[in-house]
Amino acid sequence: MFYREAGDFKTSYVDDNQTFPIKFDRYRYYFVLLFAFLVVPFVINDYWVNAVFMPFLIYSIAAIGLNILVGYCGQVSLGTGGFMAVGAYACYKLMTAFPEVNIFFHVLLAGGVTAVVGVLFGLPSLRIKGFYLAVATLAAQFFLVWLFNKVPWFYNYSASGQISSPERTVFGYAVTGPHTSAWATYLFCLVFVVLCAVIARNLTRGTVGRKWMAIRDMDIAAEIIGVDPLRSKLSAFAVSSFFIGISGALFFSVYLGAVEVGEAFGINKSFLVLFMIIIGGLGSIFGSFAGAAFLVLLPVLLKNVLVSGLGWPTDLAAHLEFMIVGGLIITFLIAEPHGLAQLWRVAKEKLRLWPFPH
Amino acid sequence: MTVQKEEGYVTADGRKIGGTLMEMKNITLRFGGVKAITDISFDIKEGEIRAIIGPNGAGKSSMLNVISGFYVPQEGEVWFRGAKRPPMKPYEVAQQGIARTFQNIALFEGMSVLDNVMTGRLNNMKTNMFQQAIWKGKAEKEEVENREVVEKIIDFLEIQSIRKTPVARLPYGLKKRVELARALAAEPKLLLLDEPMAGMNVEEKEDMSRFILDVNDEFGTTIALIEHDMGVVMDLSDRVVVMDYGKKIGDGPPDEVRNNQDVIDAYLGVAHD
Ligand SMILES: Nc1ncnc2c1ncn2[C@@H]1O[C@H](COP(=O)(O)OP(=O)(O)OP(=O)(O)O)[C@@H](O)[C@H]1O
Ligand SMILES: [Mg+2]
Repeated sequence: MFYREAGDFKTSYVDDNQTFPIKFDRYRYYFVLLFAFLVVPFVINDYWVNAVFMPFLIYSIAAIGLNILVGYCGQVSLGTGGFMAVGAYACYKLMTAFPEVNIFFHVLLAGGVTAVVGVLFGLPSLRIKGFYLAVATLAAQFFLVWLFNKVPWFYNYSASGQISSPERTVFGYAVTGPHTSAWATYLFCLVFVVLCAVIARNLTRGTVGRKWMAIRDMDIAAEIIGVDPLRSKLSAFAVSSFFIGISGALFFSVYLGAVEVGEAFGINKSFLVLFMIIIGGLGSIFGSFAGAAFLVLLPVLLKNVLVSGLGWPTDLAAHLEFMIVGGLIITFLIAEPHGLAQLWRVAKEKLRLWPFPH
Repeated sequence: MTVQKEEGYVTADGRKIGGTLMEMKNITLRFGGVKAITDISFDIKEGEIRAIIGPNGAGKSSMLNVISGFYVPQEGEVWFRGAKRPPMKPYEVAQQGIARTFQNIALFEGMSVLDNVMTGRLNNMKTNMFQQAIWKGKAEKEEVENREVVEKIIDFLEIQSIRKTPVARLPYGLKKRVELARALAAEPKLLLLDEPMAGMNVEEKEDMSRFILDVNDEFGTTIALIEHDMGVVMDLSDRVVVMDYGKKIGDGPPDEVRNNQDVIDAYLGVAHD
């Protein structure tokens, strides 16, 4: 099998518009999907699902969401943690208020609720940009966490102030609560990941995505050729928050099971997801996955190699992680703003025309 | 509302020019104390190539910005297609069929040439976000239909070989051409070009002149252009507005304007009173 474009001629614009225009890419994509749905569930165990797969899948959704806002539309946000919290609490309220409805819809609706909240907090973006917008979203972050702590209605007046997810099933298999099996929670999250990735890809390849990118690259020119900046920015906030809400809902209900808002959805979460898209690549769906994988795997890897393997103390390994992540962020911001995805693309471009680069 | 239909005319090379497409009436634009435009009136007729010339800082770009709704004049009226235009946002002006290029290229640098030109068609693309999210069906069909139009424009401007190239990598002259492509993609009634040939070499200028004439000829697009190169203006335009220090000092066919004493003075830098 060769990775190449030569001889693979496109005869229609539909073909030329494909997500993976090169045959080899397309096959690899189908292969990954098949593998993820048909092989992984049979070999997965609790350790792998909790340490690697579930955080990877859930953070991927959040990273796709944030990437739409920051990478595609150019609106910086530090409110990701707060919006994930909105998704989590919306999901919790829906789960407890309508126990007979399938959790799948609760998660989707939680995304919808977060989209509305995201639009509200996106309103200032019409007036303020860049650094100031980042500060405004930071305010949203702190306000939302404060709100979920302060108003007991959100946590159903529980004594601990925490929310915890009751057992819910899909096709008879538990996906939340204490009696889940690894493969069920994994597949449940995977379905959402695929759904979100497909939607994100479709939106970004069409006219909605071009409007976002036009706003990102030069908002004045965008407006003069016919982009309504308010609608375009708010649609980015809505879609972005929809994804982030879904990821927050899954993070709470399927992954953690019980949540204390300040701890699970604090400002650290906002930065973590932002780092994911910076390292993975701004303005790239693939980059969102790459960044999520990288930042989920890095601590696991360091822990296994340094702590378990070489006998380093845990805190030293943790510090090393900070240094690696910090160093990478600076490197990527300065040298390669399009992140891992761009390195991948450059490598492919070289391969693509090989062996006749001219 | 009164509909103004004035007589058109026939140009020297035999093209028929229609009635009034756009009319600026007594436009005055101030920035704080600076008067960028003082009480200027002129019209643009359907199918013609109208040039706006004048020395640096004369207020030419400001005039285009008034037409595109980017600046709101303190006084005066803008009439388009026989109706007085209410105050409008730039994107609403674009939706009315007015497209433009900029003096300092304003392309979307992070996007490919194709995406830039496709963005120019956004006013023709009507599928909503849910249809876009599903993609198969309406959205894909619309994308392909619009892509066909865009490919024609890409062929027309001879930029086929760079369609997938990121705009940031292009040389200056090609960027200007891509910007023209993006404006043409909107299939505008009125096309505004702010110094389309600035900074180009002779060969590039010739290409660009040919494209402008072809656009006017093949699509019947009305064009208003700002240009410094007098030779180009004389070759391209049917009628010329001359501005100096925010005032209109001449208006008419190129030959007439060239021999106008005020215009000669302005260009030779005769002291103002
Ligand atoms: N946004 C603005 N704020 C303040 N003053 C402005 C603004 N835009 C233009 N001006 C002023 O208005 C006057 C006319 O500027 P304009 O850009 O329209 O000139 P121009 O004829 O296009 O010149 P050039 O040939 O150099 O492009 C200048 O004195 C300029 O400084
Ligand atoms: Mg100018």
